[in-house]
Amino acid sequence: MARLPRPWRRTHLGSDADRATFRTLHTASLAAPALRAGLTRESAERSIKHLHALLGTPAIALSDTADLLAWDGAGHHHAAQVPALATEALARSGTQVVARRELPCTEGQQGSCPVRAAVISPLAVEDRVVGTLQVFGPYASAGLVRAADEVARWVSGQLELAELDTSRTRLMEAEVRALRAQISPHFVYNSLGAIASFVRTDPDRARELLLEFADFTRYSFRRHGEFTTLAEELRSVERYLLLEQARFGDRLRVTLSVAPEVLSVAVPFLCIQPLVENAVRHGLESAEGGGHIRIVAIDQGQECVIEVEDDGAGEDPEHIRRVLAGDQSLDSVGLGNVDGRLRAVYGDDHGLVVETAPGAGTKVVVRLPKFAPGVHA
Amino acid sequence: MNPDLGAAPGIVALVLVSVATLAIGTYGLRFSRTTSDFMVASRTVRPRMNASAISGEYLSAASFLGVAGLLLTFGADMLWYPVGWTAGYLVLLTLVAAPLRRSGAYTLPDFAEARLDSQAVRRACSLLVVGIGWLYLLPQFQGAGITLASAVGGPTWLGSLVVGSVVLINVISGGMRSITLVQAFQYWLKLTALLVPAAVLLVVWAGDGRPGPATGPAAAGGSLSWSSPLAESGPTGLYLTYSLIVATFLGTMGLPHVVVRFYTNPDGRAARRTTLVVLVLIGIFYMVPPVYGALGRVYAAELAASGRSDVLVLELPRLMLPGLGGDVLTGLVVGGAFAAFLSTSSGLAIAVAGVLSQDVTGRPYAGRRLGGVAAFRVGAVLAVVVPALVSLSPSQVGVATTVGLAFAVSASTFCPLLLLGIWWRGLTAAGALAGLAAGGLGSGLAALLTLFPGWADGWLEVLLRRPAAWSVPLSFLVMVAVSRLTRDRAPLHVRRFMVRLHTPEALDLDRG
Repeated sequence: MARLPRPWRRTHLGSDADRATFRTLHTASLAAPALRAGLTRESAERSIKHLHALLGTPAIALSDTADLLAWDGAGHHHAAQVPALATEALARSGTQVVARRELPCTEGQQGSCPVRAAVISPLAVEDRVVGTLQVFGPYASAGLVRAADEVARWVSGQLELAELDTSRTRLMEAEVRALRAQISPHFVYNSLGAIASFVRTDPDRARELLLEFADFTRYSFRRHGEFTTLAEELRSVERYLLLEQARFGDRLRVTLSVAPEVLSVAVPFLCIQPLVENAVRHGLESAEGGGHIRIVAIDQGQECVIEVEDDGAGEDPEHIRRVLAGDQSLDSVGLGNVDGRLRAVYGDDHGLVVETAPGAGTKVVVRLPKFAPGVHA
Repeated sequence: MNPDLGAAPGIVALVLVSVATLAIGTYGLRFSRTTSDFMVASRTVRPRMNASAISGEYLSAASFLGVAGLLLTFGADMLWYPVGWTAGYLVLLTLVAAPLRRSGAYTLPDFAEARLDSQAVRRACSLLVVGIGWLYLLPQFQGAGITLASAVGGPTWLGSLVVGSVVLINVISGGMRSITLVQAFQYWLKLTALLVPAAVLLVVWAGDGRPGPATGPAAAGGSLSWSSPLAESGPTGLYLTYSLIVATFLGTMGLPHVVVRFYTNPDGRAARRTTLVVLVLIGIFYMVPPVYGALGRVYAAELAASGRSDVLVLELPRLMLPGLGGDVLTGLVVGGAFAAFLSTSSGLAIAVAGVLSQDVTGRPYAGRRLGGVAAFRVGAVLAVVVPALVSLSPSQVGVATTVGLAFAVSASTFCPLLLLGIWWRGLTAAGALAGLAAGGLGSGLAALLTLFPGWADGWLEVLLRRPAAWSVPLSFLVMVAVSRLTRDRAPLHVRRFMVRLHTPEALDLDRG
C-alpha cells in the first residue's frame, strides 16, 4: 500500500501514456464549450483550433451540410473545395477517403502544399447528418481515418448535448407560457364574483377593481419578452393582492416594503407572482383569523433580495425539497418552476431559498443580481 | 487660543455627525421603508432625489476643504478643479448617462462584459475600479486626518485611523448601503455647512469695510498672478492647465461610486434628467469654496505661507469672528467636512468592496469559498485598510492633487472604454484591453511616482504630475488601433446592443 504513488503529490503526473491521455482530454475539454452552442460559424471558428490540435494533421475543416464553416491549418486554397466534398460525402454514408486527384492544388501552390488526401467524417445528431469534419493530410492512413472518425463522433456527442440544452430552454419557455395561461379559473371566477358584489354597494370600487383585473390579465398574458423590471412585476403582484383583498377583506393582511433602489432591476417575467399566489393560498389555509403576507425587497449592493413570507400552516421541508427537485405530482408547481428558471438564468447560486416548518409559516427568499449578462428588461 | 476650549465645537460636531451616520446606518433601513400598502409607481426614485444623492456622494473632502486651500495658495487657476468636476457631468449627460443606463449595467465591469462579451476585459475593469477607488479614498483619509488634527488637535495619523474605523464599521454593518434618502440628505447638509458660514463671513467682511488682500509674503506674486487662469507661466503652465481640464472633464464618468447610482434611475431619460439636476446642484455648491479662498487671502494669508492651506475652511470662521459665533460656525464646517468625508468614502468603500467580493474574495480558494456576506466584509476591510495605511505615510501631496490623480487614471481608462464602447461599433475586446493597459499603466505609474516624489524634475515631473493630457489620447489611440487590427473579432451582438443603447424607451421595439 505504501508504494502507491500519492495522488496529491503535484510532481507525479502519471506515466507518459497517462499524460498523453490528460493532454488529449484537456484539448477536447477546450473545444467543448463552443460546440455546446450548436454547429454555427461562430462555434466552429472557436472550436476548430482545439480540434486541429487534437488531430495533429496539416489542416482540418468543419462544414455544415452545404457550406464551409471554418478552416484551420495549411493549404488554405483547398477551402474552396470543402462544400463539394461535403455534399459528395453526404450522398454516401459513413467516413469517406478522398484521394489526391480529387484535390487539385491552385497554380503555383503544388510544391509546398501538404494536402494530398482528405478524410471526411459526417457529424450526426440523433441519426440526422448536420455537417462534416474534414481532415487533410499528406496521405490517408488507417490511423488517420480512425482518428477522424473518433473525433467526429465526439463532436457529434457535443452537438447532441447542444440540442439537449436548446430543448431544455424551449421547455422553460413552454413552462412560462403555461404559467401565463395558468391564471387559475378559480381566481378569475372569484375575482369577478367579488367585483360583482360591489357593483350595487360601491360602484366606484367595482369599476376600479375591474380596471385592476384588466391590467392584471394584460400583464400576465403578455406575449413578448423573457424579462421585465421588478417594478412591473411588483405592480402586477399589487393588483393581484388588491383583487384577493376584495374577496377576502380583512382576512388577508398584506405588508409591502420595497426599497426604491431595486425597482429598476431586470427580473425573469413572472418570478415573484407565483410565490405570492403560493403565500396567499398557504397563509389563508391556516387559521380562522386569516393570514398575513409580507413582501420585502432589499437593496444589497450588487444584489437585491426579495422575501415573500406568510404566517400560515407551513410545510414539511422534505415536501418543499421534492417540489424544488421538480416533482410534478405536488401542488406547488409554481415554486418549482420559478426555482428552475432562476437557476437556468443566473446559475445555481440563485435558486429559491425556502424556510419553513409545519405550523411556522413559510418564507421564500430570492436573491437576484442587479446585472447578469443577457438579462435586460 | 486656548487649545482645550478651541477644540470643543469641533468635537461636538464630530461626535454628532458620527453618531448620526452610524445611527442612520443601523436604523436607516427601517427608516426608508414604509409598512403600509403603497403604490409601487410612486416609489421609484425621482431624478431630483437621485441627483441630490449623487451630489451628496460625489462632493468629497477635496471639494469641501481642498478647493479653498488651493485657491488661497495658488490662485485663480485652481478654479479649473471645481469647473472640471462640474463639467465632467456635462460630458456624462451628453454622451454617457442614458446609454449607460439602457445597457443595464450596474458597475463599470458589468458594462464592459455586456458590451464586449469578454471576461478578460471584465477583470481588467475590476482591477481598475479597485485602483481608482483606492486612489480616491487616499485623499479622503488624508483630509479626515487634517480635519481632526485641526478641529481636535492631536497627530494627523490619529484622524486617519479614527475615521477609517468609523467607515469600516459603517460599511461592514451594512449601513448607508446606497440608501438614496440618506445620501440626498448629505448633500443638503454639506451645502448648509458651507453656505451659512460663508454668508456670515461675507457680512463680517463687509462690516470690516471690505478690505483687500494684504500685501505680504503670500501675495508676493501680486494680485495679477493670483487671478491668472493659467497655472504658472509659460508652456508648462499651459500644459498643466489643459491636462487638468482633460482629467476632470473626462474622469467623472469613470468614478465607481457615481456610476452605480445611475442604476437607480428607471430609464435612460430619467438618467439624463438626473445628470442635469446634478449639474445644477454641484454648480451651486462649487460657488462657495472660492468665497473662502478669497476671504482667506484677506484674513488668513499666513496659512498659505505655512503650507497648511487645506485647513483654511476650518479655521477661517474663528480667525474672522472670535467668540461664540466663530465657535458655532467652526462646529458647522467641521461637521460638514466630516460628513463630506464619511459619505464619499463610504460610497467608495462599498463600490470597491462590491467589486472585490465579486471578483476576488468571493472566488473559491483551495476548494473553499466565502459566502456572500463574508466575502463582502473581507472586501470592505481590504478596501478601507489599504488606502488608510498609505495615508499614514508622510506625504506633501495636497488633497486636491491626489484626487486629481484619481481623475486622471479614470479619464485614461474608463473614459475611452465608455465613449468608444457606446459610440463606436468597431471596439473589440482585444482593443479595449490594450487601451486600458496603456492608459492605466501610464497614468497609474505617473500617479505612483507623484505620490512618492523625488524621482524626476523639470518637464518630466510636470508630465507625471498631470498625466491626463498625454495618457488619455494614448489610451484612445491604442484602443482604436488594436480594435482595427482585430476587426474580425468584434462581438457578434454589437449591432443589437447598440440599438438597445441608443433607442429611447418610448419607442416600441423588440430589444431582446
